[in-house]
Amino acid sequence: MYSEKVMDHFQNPRNMGEIENASGVGTVGNAKCGDIMRMYLDIDDNGIIQDVKFKTFGCGAAVATSSMATELVKGKNIQEALQVTNKAVMEALDGLPPVKVHCSLLAEEAIHAALWDYAQKHGIEIEGLKKPKSDIHEGEEDETEEY
Amino acid sequence: MGKLIYLDNAATTKTSPTVLEAMLPYFSENYGNASSIYSIGAKSKEAISQGRAAIAKVLGAAENEIYFTAGGSESDNWALKATAEAYANKGKHIITSKIEHHAILHTCEYLEKQRGYEVSYIDVDENGVIKLDELKKAIRPDTILISVMFANNEIGTIQPIKEIGEIAHEHGILFHTDAVQAFGQVPINVDELHIDMLSSSAHKINGPKGIGFLYIRKGVKIRSFIHGGAQERKRRAGTENVPGIVGYGKAAEEAAATMQERTAKEAQLRDYLIDRILKEIPYTRLNGDRTRRLPNNANFSFQFIEGESLLIMLDMEGICGSSGSACTSGSLDPSHVLLAIGLPHEIAHGSLRLTLGADTTKEDLDFTIEKIKGIVERLRGMSPLYEDFIKKSGKN
Repeated sequence: MYSEKVMDHFQNPRNMGEIENASGVGTVGNAKCGDIMRMYLDIDDNGIIQDVKFKTFGCGAAVATSSMATELVKGKNIQEALQVTNKAVMEALDGLPPVKVHCSLLAEEAIHAALWDYAQKHGIEIEGLKKPKSDIHEGEEDETEEY
Repeated sequence: MGKLIYLDNAATTKTSPTVLEAMLPYFSENYGNASSIYSIGAKSKEAISQGRAAIAKVLGAAENEIYFTAGGSESDNWALKATAEAYANKGKHIITSKIEHHAILHTCEYLEKQRGYEVSYIDVDENGVIKLDELKKAIRPDTILISVMFANNEIGTIQPIKEIGEIAHEHGILFHTDAVQAFGQVPINVDELHIDMLSSSAHKINGPKGIGFLYIRKGVKIRSFIHGGAQERKRRAGTENVPGIVGYGKAAEEAAATMQERTAKEAQLRDYLIDRILKEIPYTRLNGDRTRRLPNNANFSFQFIEGESLLIMLDMEGICGSSGSACTSGSLDPSHVLLAIGLPHEIAHGSLRLTLGADTTKEDLDFTIEKIKGIVERLRGMSPLYEDFIKKSGKN
């Protein structure tokens, strides 16, 4: 059900781990729905993301999208990192099964949450960054059964 | 990848070679329609009759109380919908449990929403055993049916079927049981247990897929579910699945003949698996009753990790298992069974069900246990929940 790229990122996740004293840390998702992502960013004085790490509790797609998201933002500046959308993450992974699209949304949200934390800590405002939702499933409902 | 270690026998089983062999002639030379009068038709008719007799014998039922269907889900649908219709004059109330298979739960939902029936869903305790006092209290004058599964497909808990049967019997209420996981695994006698209807499916007992039966006690007036020809005493139309019935009869015969020895061996291996996993992997629990469980079922929750990741990693090692995580159920919620026994969502997401088969060996389990240990450790290393837990416990 998963593409080769998803399987590769699941089996060999890139940038998995923690950054001590990170410039920004964001955690999104909730255990109730079965996926939580935490993103650590190390941002230098020029606003370049020097290092990024993640930790994820979730399914194969959740791990793979986190891993891919870290690859896509590493070495980028903040504005470029903001451009990393869930669509970009999905494309880079050669697609996701429809039921797993929410994992890519979570990855995008995790980057935003870490950037938000960075902005809060440094008392700055990042243009175009809205306060991230911690729970992307809000308002989402199971499809109702039809008879 | 080396050998395949198949530990998902509650999902389906391998068709046994002797069952397959028995079936094959009914695809090739003996292909006649059992309703025809010429000799190859008569051969099919005879084969169906033998299959039916074999199954009836296992249950202590009469042959004309066994009705073949396409599987467990059809049998469940039939039992509920047809009883609801046939006994609507008496009332429109049904009692079931919270941990039934979806073939029961979704049929109940349909009856509630589309047909105006009321359904009471009885709670289970922390081991998944139905609360009999609640069941008794739920009985009303207009209750027409109690449907409680014989043994749970996820956590393996075996229900107090005899007690439920007696309660139903005393109150003059029909009792149906979904025995898809139990038939061939535990002894069942429909008279001793006061069972009026029972659903079963061949592919869970090394028989073929696409064939099941509904046992309907003589005198229970439920109607046809599939209208058409006169097959199955006019209660289930459609040309009989002759190879399937032959295979089912053979599989039932084999399951009954080997039951004692096979299930004793499976239970011993199951206990070995459970003991080692609980002892060797911290923050792990067993789901379901420790002793009142199917001989081949083990179900664990590993804290801080998610089931689908675990399954994919096991698959890479050639090990097949299943999980109650939301990601494997295709919805946002984890298994309704694990939630019903009181597990918090995050622990329900980290569940793993391993179900043994007749050919499972201790070596298979040793290999599996070692792999699970490594995978759980690896996934915990990636888990923010585990990170938080370790940091929190370090501070205390």
